[in-house]
Amino acid sequence: MDHQNNKQHYNFAFLDEGAKREIRRSILKAVAIPGYQVPFGSRELPIGRGWGTGGLQITLSIIGKKDILKVIDQGSDDSVNAVSIRKLVTATTGVQTTTDTGCATIIQSRHRVPENKMRNDQIMVLQVPNPEPLRSVSPKEVVSRTLHSEAEYSGIWLRLYEGIIKYGHTVSGADHPVMVEDRYVMNPSPIPKFDNPKLHQSDCLYLFGAGREKKIYAVPPYTEVVSLAYEDYPFAVEDMTGRVCKLCGAENVYFDEIFDSSTGEHYFQCSDSGFCARRRGKIGGN
Amino acid sequence: MAYVAVSGGQEAIEESIKLLKYYRTDGESDIEIDAIKDKMKLLIDRVISEAGLYAPDYAALALKQCEGSLEEAVFILRAYRSTLTRNHYCNTMNSVDMRIIRRISAAFKDIPGGQVLGPSYDYVHRLLDFGIPDEDKEEIEAWRTEFEKNQQAEEVYKFHRVSDLLRDEDLLEEVPENKKKPYDVTVNKLPLPAPRSARLQTLARADTGYVSGLAYSSLRGFGSVHPTVGELRTGWLSVEVPYLLQEGQEIFVGEVLVTEVESFVSASKTTKKEHDEMKVGVGYGCVFGRNETKAIAISILDSALRANGDSPVNDEEFVLLHGDCLEMNGFLSHLKLPHYVTFQSKLDQLRKKKEG
Amino acid sequence: MNTANPVLRVRDLIVRFGEGCNYCLQGAALEKGRCPYCHSVWALNKVSLDLYKGEILGIVGESGSGKSTLLRALYFDREITGGEAYISEYKDGEKNIFEISNQQKRYIRNQKMGMVYQNPIMGLRMNFSSGGNVAEKLIAAGIRNAGSMTERAKYLLNHVEVPINRIKEEPKNFSGGMQQRVQISKALANNPSILLLDEVTTGLDLSVQARVLDLIKRIQQELGISMIVVSHDLSVIRMMADRTVVMLEGRIIEEGLTDQILEDPIHEYTQILVHSLL
Repeated sequence: MDHQNNKQHYNFAFLDEGAKREIRRSILKAVAIPGYQVPFGSRELPIGRGWGTGGLQITLSIIGKKDILKVIDQGSDDSVNAVSIRKLVTATTGVQTTTDTGCATIIQSRHRVPENKMRNDQIMVLQVPNPEPLRSVSPKEVVSRTLHSEAEYSGIWLRLYEGIIKYGHTVSGADHPVMVEDRYVMNPSPIPKFDNPKLHQSDCLYLFGAGREKKIYAVPPYTEVVSLAYEDYPFAVEDMTGRVCKLCGAENVYFDEIFDSSTGEHYFQCSDSGFCARRRGKIGGN
Repeated sequence: MAYVAVSGGQEAIEESIKLLKYYRTDGESDIEIDAIKDKMKLLIDRVISEAGLYAPDYAALALKQCEGSLEEAVFILRAYRSTLTRNHYCNTMNSVDMRIIRRISAAFKDIPGGQVLGPSYDYVHRLLDFGIPDEDKEEIEAWRTEFEKNQQAEEVYKFHRVSDLLRDEDLLEEVPENKKKPYDVTVNKLPLPAPRSARLQTLARADTGYVSGLAYSSLRGFGSVHPTVGELRTGWLSVEVPYLLQEGQEIFVGEVLVTEVESFVSASKTTKKEHDEMKVGVGYGCVFGRNETKAIAISILDSALRANGDSPVNDEEFVLLHGDCLEMNGFLSHLKLPHYVTFQSKLDQLRKKKEG
Repeated sequence: MNTANPVLRVRDLIVRFGEGCNYCLQGAALEKGRCPYCHSVWALNKVSLDLYKGEILGIVGESGSGKSTLLRALYFDREITGGEAYISEYKDGEKNIFEISNQQKRYIRNQKMGMVYQNPIMGLRMNFSSGGNVAEKLIAAGIRNAGSMTERAKYLLNHVEVPINRIKEEPKNFSGGMQQRVQISKALANNPSILLLDEVTTGLDLSVQARVLDLIKRIQQELGISMIVVSHDLSVIRMMADRTVVMLEGRIIEEGLTDQILEDPIHEYTQILVHSLL
């Protein structure tokens, strides 16, 4: 879809002002109750449901003309979906974009939190496919809502324990559940466990948007966020030791594993493309 | 190599979009948007019903824009709707005032006002018509003029509902009148449990195939609802909004074509006597356009959702949360997005398992 | 027996299906638990009983007499219509457990009571390991140490004669008798003071029945848990119960020491029941 040509037909940031106000109110509620999933009247967007419409609605609702936007998908600025989302936002707002995490005021992301430490004047918007950590306990919204209200999370703990008894260690991968402010268990969106600790006592505001499931939730700055784990099987992030970025030489970051089919070579490269580019002195916005 | 780690996503998308345009403009003859609107009426009806936006012209444009893909066209209209401010809610329409083009009852042979078959494919032999490619434009014009001449002037007649017959006899299940404003699912998250207004809206916008399949499952035996179509009517309804400057006045803003179904199911009324009373319950369905099977299917699901049972159609969350065209197609297609990070995390576990 | 201080006191417990009417709400005579006028069914009609520390109380009656409904109501599986119950270990037995929050009810379910259902599907998660099933109760009690939970699960499974090497297997692969034993170990996980057993041997082979009953008896003696054993089978009651109540049409019609009830039944219905056993 080419928004450049018929941009004049659309409101600033696509959504009508009433919708944006409504979404901002939901965001405020989410910030006021960290980890709690606030239902909202999710609007349809030109981007597919399940392709980041929750995050996108948050971005469109909070973005102003002076904001500088960075959009990443799987850590990469250049991933097709990130490009598509960035294009929609810029076509309907005209805001400046960047690939440099440090320059951005709003960062919308799918599946990753950047390697750079986020600042208090930045907002991290994460796209969420499955907001409900209790969904594996019950497929029913009425049930999961009751369990949240009673802080009854045994079912989630039981799943963690099942991994231990069957395989000798916790088997969760990305989207490992976290306890927020000792009250709500929350899905951090499918970020790798590597990124979970970044949510804890963070300087920046994290907003989570699930468009299809119509939920918004938040981790405000300086919030207690603890990844669920048993005392004797402490939470552990994915093991990245011994891996080095082929492009920038970085260590102790999250890596993409690359197979070069022409050479048969097998190597690693930073998942966070902006971080990698900066280290190599190749960075820019538009 | 992988399609994200490498640079060039932007270019790839642009090339892909060019290809789409190339595909869309393929072939010698073009198709005009008006032609889509006039000649593909039922397709348009399906798009506006699933989009929940009564905009036949835009539906035609959307269909042309996406090579006729139903799900894409619905998608485009829904997204367009998000840009529009909701300024008014129209007054409640009463379908007794419908300008009827078709009205049938499977429950009674003779109904006040009579049955009006109207345009229907029900009694057409579905034989491929090889005469259509050779249709002569002038001949068709002449035929249409002749046909229109023979049509009687449209009678303005109030068609009372068939269900009123049963109500007069006190055979209808009593449903208390609900004066509450309908819940608007297009700007609010569906509440659960959902009020009936929210259910009916959700089903009205749901994918036609989805609601038909669910209703079919109930007819076949995964559920107990097997109704009689009490009345199916298709026609035009006037849309009026309150006139803000003068209370009690309304402004006519246009007409919409809808199909409405009331299906009869057996119900019972608990009494304090030895036996309960048998009653007729009504399942309701209403959709934009000529969309008869969908309207019937909705009326079945409306009944099933109010009945007790363990079948899929009795489960509100199952029925209401999985039929939205955008939601289901969006989430299914999102599987095409790269999942390196999550998969890497999974791999880490697999490797750990192997070591451990 | 400490008669002064029951572990569980139940008073005037009512479970009714239907609105009730002027007739039946006044306590007038019902027909097989059903009001002849409004057809409301009185599944439990003002049931009162006491359970004392360390005793096994038997509840016997035909199907539909309300005995299972009573257990389900006490375990909060079923909403009640009216009545009260007090547990000595909860708020010193001064708070009606039907009037507390869901969270508190869950606490009682998980830590003060255990339940063994006739059908193991009700009490077990068939797709989780047997160890996980036991651990579920421990998790609910707030334990966050996986190793200690596994130890506890092993101890209990061993106690009920489930081979420890089957700890990571799912009960759906087990025989009926073994499923029942896993259910018992799950119910015992938090050392509850009260154990509710609902027709736990019905449907098992006779030899398996005897082993399960033996096990329950042994656990009761070792741990001193107070138990309510519901059965339609008088031979089970005779073997297990110290005291017995007889239920009919939602009411308790007779109660006393088990031997006394078996030797010298007073109520006509009990006489028929005992007679049929002989």
